[in-house]
Amino acid sequence: MSVTIEINGEAREVDVAEDTPLLWVLRDHLGLTGTKYGCGVAQCGACTVHVDGVPRRACVTPVASVSGKSVVTIEGVEGPEADAVRSAWVELAVPQCGYCQSGQIMSAVALLRSRPTPSDEDIDRGMAGNICRCATYVRIRRAIGRAAGRSEGDEE
Amino acid sequence: MRPLLLLLLVATGCDDCGATDEAEPVAEALPASAGLRSVADFADIADERERSAALFEEMGKVLLHPRCVNCHPAGERPLQRAGEPHQPHVVRGEDGHGAPGLPCASCHGEANFLTVPGNPHWHLAPAEMAWEGETLAAICEQIQDESRNGGKSMDELLEHMAEDELVAYGWEPPEHLEPAPGNQALFGQLAREWAATGAHCPREAAE
Repeated sequence: MSVTIEINGEAREVDVAEDTPLLWVLRDHLGLTGTKYGCGVAQCGACTVHVDGVPRRACVTPVASVSGKSVVTIEGVEGPEADAVRSAWVELAVPQCGYCQSGQIMSAVALLRSRPTPSDEDIDRGMAGNICRCATYVRIRRAIGRAAGRSEGDEE
Repeated sequence: MRPLLLLLLVATGCDDCGATDEAEPVAEALPASAGLRSVADFADIADERERSAALFEEMGKVLLHPRCVNCHPAGERPLQRAGEPHQPHVVRGEDGHGAPGLPCASCHGEANFLTVPGNPHWHLAPAEMAWEGETLAAICEQIQDESRNGGKSMDELLEHMAEDELVAYGWEPPEHLEPAPGNQALFGQLAREWAATGAHCPREAAE
């Protein structure tokens, strides 16, 4: 069946079964490979995108469920929170292998949009669904704190 | 007139008992189903208080089932499957819909998909409505206490159990999860008969 979805502000039409996971559509049909396949069962967060502004695991999202909704991927995320996260990520050299980082960044942006000045506990809770096999969690937490405008001393 | 009697009248017929064509339709008595007994199965308990408590014990098969308890956890972290801690380590949050940045809707959509349960109203019960680890007697007291049942009157409580869309999920989980015993309509009939017989609670088990 044909499904029309809005991806990063652009209407895209794909011919797929309605229960195809959104992640498959993004990567295999639309070539948006910034969103990663990690576990396929909503346990790692590598495939996090935003659907109508809400963070969403694309691997467990049937494509038909996002018809008529706005999907934003790592390729299209923008705004002050995204800019702040991107800068902090670079400044603190957060990624190691980098595979999970697009999902980490999408979750971090969603966290800052709903909690602009998160405590460390807020960060831990908001990021609990994103796993990093390189264990860059300390740098991720610091970078989110910096993106939220915390001073260096507060990040320790 | 108590629901049990009404149910029996529907089943047996009654030409001169005062019922008319204008009377409100009465729900048909549902049979026992999938491990949950029917209201009629309790008809031979003569003492009304005992019958009421026995009905609640039957309701306990549902209330204590993981499909119900998992979202009424004692702490802030929900349970999953047969009662294991939820993975990932999500929390209730301020409104029962998860933490900022990690709402329940990050994974739980409007319907089941693959192994992930879904429902349009997916969320955790408030902390005061937690009953993980409680006895059935304690739960019976709790759900009648408006300060610990979300401010529900008995009518609202019965409606919640019999008709709430998220409660209905308990009988419609993904294939790999065991559904709650019986079905929601039968659970609702048991609850209404429990209320009609005085909403009495089971006694605490002796230590």
